[in-house]
Order: sequence, then structure tokens, then C-alpha cells
Amino acid sequence: MRKLAALLLAPIVLAGCGAPEQPPSSPAAAGSVTGAVTVFAAASLTETFTQIGKDFEAGHPGVRVRFNFGGSSALAQQISQGAPADVFASASPANMKQVADTGAVTFVRNKPQIAVGKGNPLKIATLADVTKPEVKLALCAQQVPCGAAATKAFEVAKLTPKPVTLEQDVKATLTKVKLGEVDAALVYRTDVSAAADDIDGVDFPEAIQAVNDYPIVTLTNAPNAAGGKAFVDYVLSEKGRQVLTTAGFDAP
Amino acid sequence: MRAVRARVPVALVIPALIGLAFLVLPLIGLVIRAPWATLVDHLSTAEVGEALRLSLICATSATAICLVLGVPLAWMLARTEIPGRRIARAFVTVPLVLPPVVGGVALLLVFGRRGVIGQYLDSWFGFSLPFTTTGVIVAEAFVAMPFLVIAVEGALRGADPRFEEAAATLGASRWMAFRRVTLPTVAPGIAAGAVLCWARALGEFGATITFAGNFPGTTQTMPLAVYLALEQDPDSATVLSLVLLVVSVAILVSLRDRWIGARA
Repeated sequence: MRKLAALLLAPIVLAGCGAPEQPPSSPAAAGSVTGAVTVFAAASLTETFTQIGKDFEAGHPGVRVRFNFGGSSALAQQISQGAPADVFASASPANMKQVADTGAVTFVRNKPQIAVGKGNPLKIATLADVTKPEVKLALCAQQVPCGAAATKAFEVAKLTPKPVTLEQDVKATLTKVKLGEVDAALVYRTDVSAAADDIDGVDFPEAIQAVNDYPIVTLTNAPNAAGGKAFVDYVLSEKGRQVLTTAGFDAP
Repeated sequence: MRAVRARVPVALVIPALIGLAFLVLPLIGLVIRAPWATLVDHLSTAEVGEALRLSLICATSATAICLVLGVPLAWMLARTEIPGRRIARAFVTVPLVLPPVVGGVALLLVFGRRGVIGQYLDSWFGFSLPFTTTGVIVAEAFVAMPFLVIAVEGALRGADPRFEEAAATLGASRWMAFRRVTLPTVAPGIAAGAVLCWARALGEFGATITFAGNFPGTTQTMPLAVYLALEQDPDSATVLSLVLLVVSVAILVSLRDRWIGARA
């Protein structure tokens, strides 16, 4: 009931900003979310959020969800420079803190995994194997959550990795394995499952200590706050959560 | 005469001034927002030095490659009548208009470890270009070479071919005529082309990060460092940008007499 009230009120509050594309007085707008919802989400959420976006649009006729997927650090930077986003879903609390101090909710967790070429040609079995000099390794840059998770994992294992490249987001890192340019990369388990046709994943015990929390928030300066809130609610709902857990994300 | 010239149409002046402001304001913003107090600290960090050194080495090497391959290519386009010359010229201009990141993808598909040519480099010589400094040079040369070729070809077309013909009638071979007559004539054009090519290589981002990856000291050139620093430490990004701005202005000043001054 409170949710409904918020949805009813939001267009009226927003009317002052001139943001909604439909006039709030029209009967169609009352009680429904309208216009475009802009979601900035971590690259590792590309597949799941695209699916959730489609489901959300199906349940809210007339609403369009637009995504900007990228490294959480790059997205946080864009938002703090004034990018018109309604929702931010980050792959780490650190990048969330750059744009929102309060209000963010952890909606999933994700574990790092070693991505290797199909059939694991170099027989990589442990985290120590990827630090061998003959193994070409790609990592995410330190400021991106998957890079921070990798650093943590290597610290726990007391290993010093020798990556050949530090990529700007997890999908770019994964692509280097897909193309065969590197032999191994540290990405998230969910990224490996999403690309299971081209690559294999290798679990390692230290991953448990490098788990990332994913927070999501409706931004304070959201041009479409009602739409943003409805989307966040949908992600947190049973249906949204199911898409995420099916893809290999852990419930918080 | 003076009175007529003084009446400048407002319809032209206003958009002109807006256009000028549009081009100049972002640069002024960069200078205003630069963390002057901590500038020296930022500049003296190891990362900045490494990125700057790598950028200069790669841009200079790429320019050298472009000179060795590009000047003969420009000569072929300007002075020969071989079949397919017009198609060749069209191909030379493609990297000019191609988004550099597309160039990076294309390079990856050809010279990558599984690429059309790269797979043989890897299996025969155990050598692969991505993630190496050589890879950065290749990416920069790919993007920058058209600038040199177009500039030199333009200079060659502007030069009178009768001097070469005269050299030929005096018994000089075509190679001799090229070396002793053509090259000295178009030297200013080559110099201007080389500087433009070098500047383009110095600023290269898309093809480099796509093809050569990003690792400090090996493949992280200044533009990549700026891009990644912006996410973590905007002040560093501003300082790095300022360095690139200074280098670019220095190039412009060095070109002033040769290139801009010549037309003014």
C-alpha cells in the first residue's frame, strides 16, 4: 500500500520539474509509471538486467528501460558528473559510496572465478597456476570492482599476479579470454556462466573471501524517480531475484 | 574602403564568437580546474612519468614507421599511373574516418593471437602483438599513417613534376630523381605531415586500448592513463590532460611557420 502511495505521489512531486513525459493530470498516468527509466548498471549485470528490463517493460506498458552498462567506477564517475540516471546498480559498495551515501540496498552477491579457454588447454586448476609466467593473464583495473576482488583473492592466497593487461570492465576482461588473446582472466562466476559456450570456469577456494556485494539505489537526482523506484522494487522482487539467482548470483 | 570593411554582419559574428568560445572554453576549464597546488606532486608520480615516456616512445616509433612506409605510398599515389591507384587512395583514407576503436577490433582480428596473420606469428615465432609496446606502435601507426600520406601526397601534387622530368633527361634514374629532386622539394610537406602524424599517434586511445590492452609501463599511454585516472583520481586526470594540452600547443607553435604561416 505504501508503495502504491509513493507511485501515486511521485508524478505529482515530479510535475514541478517537468520531468514526466505525460501530464500528471491524465488518468493513464495516475498510479502508473511512465516514460523512460535510465539504469546505470555494472557490466557484470549486462545479461540479467537486460532480461529484467524486458520483464519490467512487459509489466509496465509504455515504460522504456534504457541501460548503460560499464565498469562501476566509470559509471559512478559519470553519475557524479551529472549523468541523468534514475538507478545505479554497482558491483561494489565502494563505487556506490561515490554517488549515494544512504538508501542503497544490497540485492545480490557475486564470487570471482578463473575464466579459461574452452577445454582448459593449459590445465589451470588453482589460483597459483594463473601466476605462472607462461600463462597470459587479464585482470580488471584496480578501480573496477572485479579488479578489487581479484586483488583481494591474490592477497588471501599470498600470490603476486603478473597480468598482461588491466581492462576497464569485467566484460572487456572476459572478451580477451573469448578471443584467445589471454589464457586466463579473473572475472565473476556469473560472467563465466553467461559465456559458457566459449569459455570454461575454474573455481578456487580463495574466492569465498573475495565476494562482492552489489548495492542498488534510486538516485536522489533521478529525472524519473518514480520509474527508478519501481525498477528497483522489481529487481528486489521475487521475479527479479529469480532471474539473478538463475544466472548464478547469490542472494545477499 | 575602411568603412565598408568595418561593417561586419552580426549574423556572422555571433555564431563565429560562439564557435570560438565553444572550442576555447573547455581548454580554459582544464587550466582553471587543474590542481596547481599539487601539480608537481602529481607530475612526479611514477605512473605519470611512465605513461609520458611510453607515449613519446610509441608516437615517435609509429611516426618513423609511417615515414618509411607512408612517403613511398604517397609518391605512388601522386606520381604513378598503376592500376587500382584510385582505389588505393580510397583505402588510405578509410582509417581517417574509421572510429579508432573499430580499427582496434580489426587489428585484433588480424594480428591477435588467433587472428588471420597473428596465429602464424604465434605458432611459428611464439610472438603475439597484443599487450606489447610493439602492439601500441602498430595501433598508433595504423591510425596516424593516413595523415602523413595525405599531407605528403598533397605536397607532391603541388610540386612541379617537370623538375623530375628534367632530372630524368639528364640521365638520373627514377630512384635518383626521387632522392635528389623530389624529396628535397617536398621536405616541408613531409615535415608537416610527420608532425600531424606524431600528434595523432600521441593522442591515440581507441585502437590502443582495444588492440594493445592497458598495463602501466607496457601499453598504458597518456590517453589511457587519463581515461582510467578520471575514475579514481580526477585531479590526476586533469594534470595528465594538461600535459597533453601543453604538448599539443607546442606542436601547433612548431607548425605555425611551416603550415599555418605559409597560407596566412
